[in-house]
Amino acid sequence: MVTKVSDAKKSLLKVNNLSVSFDTTEGSFDAVKEVNFDLNKGETLAIIGESGSGKSVTASVIMGILTCPPGRIKSGEILLDDLDILKLSDTDRRKLMGSKVAIIFQDTLSHLNPVFSVGSQIAECFEVHKNLSRKESWIRAVKLLERVRIPNPSKRAKDFPHQFSGGQRQRVMIAMALALEPDIILADEPTTALDVTIQAKILELLRELRDERNMGLILITHDLAIAAEISDKVIVLNEGKIVEKGITKDIFINPNHAYTRQLMDSIPGKITKQIKKISKKFSDPILEIKNISKFYDTIACDDVSFDLFPNEVLGIVGESGSGKTTISNLILRLASPSNGKILYHGQNILNFNKKDLLNFRRKVQVVFQDPYASLNPTMNIYDIISEPWVIHSDFLHKKLHQSKVSDLLISVGLHPDDAIKFPHQFSGGQRQRIAIARALALNPEIIICDEAVSALDVSIQAQIIKLLLNLKNKFSLSYIFIAHDLPVVKDLADRVIVMKSGKIIEQGVTDDVFNFPKEKYTKDLLKASPSIENLIG
Amino acid sequence: MRQYLSKRIFSSILAITGLFVMVFFLARLTGDPGHLYLPIDAPLEVRKEFSEKHGFNDPIYIQFGKFLGDLTDGNLGYSLRKERPAIDIVLEAIPVTLSLAAVAMSIALVGAIFIGSLAAYRPNGIFDRISRVVSLTAASAPDFWVAITAILIFSVSLGWLPTSGIGGVPYWIMPIGILVIRPLGLLVQVVRGSMITALSSDFVKTARAKGVKEKAVIFKHALRNGLLPVITVAGDQAAAIANGAVIVETIFGWPGIGKLMIDSIMQRDFAVVQASILITAIVILSINIIIDIAYAVLDPRIRHK
Repeated sequence: MVTKVSDAKKSLLKVNNLSVSFDTTEGSFDAVKEVNFDLNKGETLAIIGESGSGKSVTASVIMGILTCPPGRIKSGEILLDDLDILKLSDTDRRKLMGSKVAIIFQDTLSHLNPVFSVGSQIAECFEVHKNLSRKESWIRAVKLLERVRIPNPSKRAKDFPHQFSGGQRQRVMIAMALALEPDIILADEPTTALDVTIQAKILELLRELRDERNMGLILITHDLAIAAEISDKVIVLNEGKIVEKGITKDIFINPNHAYTRQLMDSIPGKITKQIKKISKKFSDPILEIKNISKFYDTIACDDVSFDLFPNEVLGIVGESGSGKTTISNLILRLASPSNGKILYHGQNILNFNKKDLLNFRRKVQVVFQDPYASLNPTMNIYDIISEPWVIHSDFLHKKLHQSKVSDLLISVGLHPDDAIKFPHQFSGGQRQRIAIARALALNPEIIICDEAVSALDVSIQAQIIKLLLNLKNKFSLSYIFIAHDLPVVKDLADRVIVMKSGKIIEQGVTDDVFNFPKEKYTKDLLKASPSIENLIG
Repeated sequence: MRQYLSKRIFSSILAITGLFVMVFFLARLTGDPGHLYLPIDAPLEVRKEFSEKHGFNDPIYIQFGKFLGDLTDGNLGYSLRKERPAIDIVLEAIPVTLSLAAVAMSIALVGAIFIGSLAAYRPNGIFDRISRVVSLTAASAPDFWVAITAILIFSVSLGWLPTSGIGGVPYWIMPIGILVIRPLGLLVQVVRGSMITALSSDFVKTARAKGVKEKAVIFKHALRNGLLPVITVAGDQAAAIANGAVIVETIFGWPGIGKLMIDSIMQRDFAVVQASILITAIVILSINIIIDIAYAVLDPRIRHK
C-alpha cells in the first residue's frame, strides 16, 4: 500500500528509517521505530495514532525540539530539500526552524508565551530570522493576523494570549507558523481542544493556506474523521511503528491492518447500539429542572427546563460557553440558580437544609473531564475511593471498606491490588475508571459525566462508554452526559438536549435529533462535525 | 488593577494603625523610664517631677489620647535621650538602612537570576550541582559569625578593609557582602526552581521551534515567566533587611534603623521606638505594594483581572 511518488516530483521532506528511544531509569524504550515517509508540495499527510504512538515525538524530532536526554535519536535521516537536518550544527539547524518548517501546537494557551503580546510573538520570527526592525516586524505581524482573519488586527496585536478565545489563539498560532512562508507546516492536533464549528473553520483555513502557498502540510491527529476530511495520504502509527500507509481513501475504505480496523471500529457514533435500550418513560422523573436561570456577569443559563427519568441517559451537547457545565454545577448545588426550581423526587433541592443536602449529594455524583487533575496525586486509590465513606460515615462500616473498594475496582474493570497504587501509575483511561469507581461508591442514582471521555483516545473512549452503559444497567443509574462531541452522545444518550448561549435550542429522542434535526443550529453543529462517511460514503 | 491597589493601600493604613496601638501599649510594659534615666539614688521628688514632666504619671488611656493628639499634628514625640524630635532621629537613620538594603538586594537579585538560570538550564549538570551546594551553604550561614570572621580576616589580619563606621566604598564592602549572602543563597534556589518549570513549559518549545536563539529562550521567554515567585521571595528578603539589618548595623557600627531601634528599646526611649516602628512599617508596606505592582507589570494576566 505504499504510495509511489514519481521521481520528477521532488519531495519537500523525506524521513528515512527514523528511530527514537527514551532512556529512563527503568531502561530505555523505543518511541519511534524505523519510520519512513515523505511529503510533496501542496500535499497533506495525516499521521494517525493514539497517545504514546510516537506521532508527537516524530514531530518534535523534525522541529528539533525533542528533549535529549531522555530522548535519543538512534538512527535515521530527515531530508529537507535533500539536506539531512539531523547532521547540521545547532546554529544551522535553528536557521531552518520556523523559516523552512514551522509547527502549530494543540494547546495554544500553554504554547503561546503568556507574558508577551501576540503581535510581538509573531514579530519575533522576523526579528530572529530576517533581522528586520521592530517596527517593520510589527507591521508584518499585524498583516498576518489580518490574513488569518483576526478582527481588528492592529489593535488585537497588542493583546495577550489569554485575551483571545481558543479558536482565535489557534489562528494566532497559525499566523506565527506562516510568518516566514515555510515550505512545510506541521500541525500537531491543531483542533483537538476546539468546538466543532471552530474546528471546521480552522481546518478550512489550513486547507486554504496550503493551497494558496502550495505548502506541504503534516497533520498529526488521533481523530480519524479529521484525517479523512483533509488529508491526501495517511500513515497509521501504533507503538512507534507504521502499521499502515497509503492514499487516504484507500485506507479508510479498505483498512488492511488489524489496528487500523480496530481504530475504525472505535469511532464514536456507531459502537454500542446493541446495548442501548430506550428507557421507559412511564415512571416519574427523578429530577425535574424547572425554568432555571443563572446570571454571572453574563447569562450563563437562561430559562432551562428538562426532566431526567430513572435509568436514562440524557445527553447535553453544545459548544463552550453554552451553559452545559453551569447546569451541572446548579444540579450539584455548587452554585445556586438566580431563578427557577430543581426538584429531586418532587422536592425542591434549593430548600434543602444541611442534612437533606448531604443525603442528596450521596445520590448525585460526578465524573469530570480531566482524570489527571481530578484525582488527588498524593492519595492512593484506596483512599480516593473510600473517601466518600469517611464523609458519609453512616454509609458503610469501616470494616467493610476494604472489600467494597475491591468490589468497585472489579466492577470498573481494574484489579483489587490496584488499591495501593497512586494515580500517576495509571493511564488516562484507567484513571477515568477510578474516577467512575469513586462516583459509584455511595450507590448514587444519578451520575453527571462532564466531558468524561473527551480527554481520552478513541479506543479508550469506546471502552469507557461501554463501561458506563454496563454500569448503568447493573446499578440502575441515570446519567447526565455533557459533551461537545456529538458522535459520542449519539452512542450513549437516550435523549439529547442541544444548548447554545445558555438556552435549550432543541431536545428530543437522540435518533430523532441526530437524523432529523429541526433547528438550524443543530444542523450546523452536525454539519461541522467531521465524519469519514463523506469520504467513503 | 487600580481598584485593587487602592484596596491594598487602604488595608495597609489599617494595619499601620493596629500596629501603632499595639506598640504604644507594649512599649510601656517594659517598665518606668525613670529607672533608667535618673541616678539610682535620685530622691522621690525628682522621680515624681520627671514622670510628671513627661506625662508618665497619667493613666495610660490619657497618655494614649495625648499621643494620638500629637500624632494628628505630625508630632511623634520627643526623644528622652537625645532631646530632639523623635521623627528627626528616625529620618536620619532610615536612609542608611534603605541604601544598604537597596544595594544588597540588587546584587543578590541580579546574581541569583544569573546563577539560578544557568543552573536550571542543565538540571543536575556540574554547574547546577556546585551552585546548589554553595547556595544552600549561603542560605544557612549565620551572618553574625560570618561578619565577625570577615572582620578578623579582612580588617584585622590583612588590614584591607576598615573594621567599622561609614564612609567611602571600602566601608561598604563588608556590610553589603554579609547582607547579600543569605538572600543570594535563597534566591538562587528559588530562581533555579521556577526556571526549571519555565524552561520545560510549552511556550519554550514554541520559541525553539521558531528558531529563537537559546540565550533569548532563557533570558527572554523563560525568565519573564520564572520571575514571579522570585519577586515574592525577594520582596520578603528586602523587607527583612529594611526592618533593620540589626546584626550588620550593630557589628559594623552603621547608624541605621535597626541599631536605632535596639538602642531606643534598651533606653526606654518610647517616642523613638514608636517613630521608628511607624516609619519601618510604612517602608515595609510600601515594599509590598511595589511587589504587587511588579507582579502586574510582569504578568498581563494579573493586570487584566
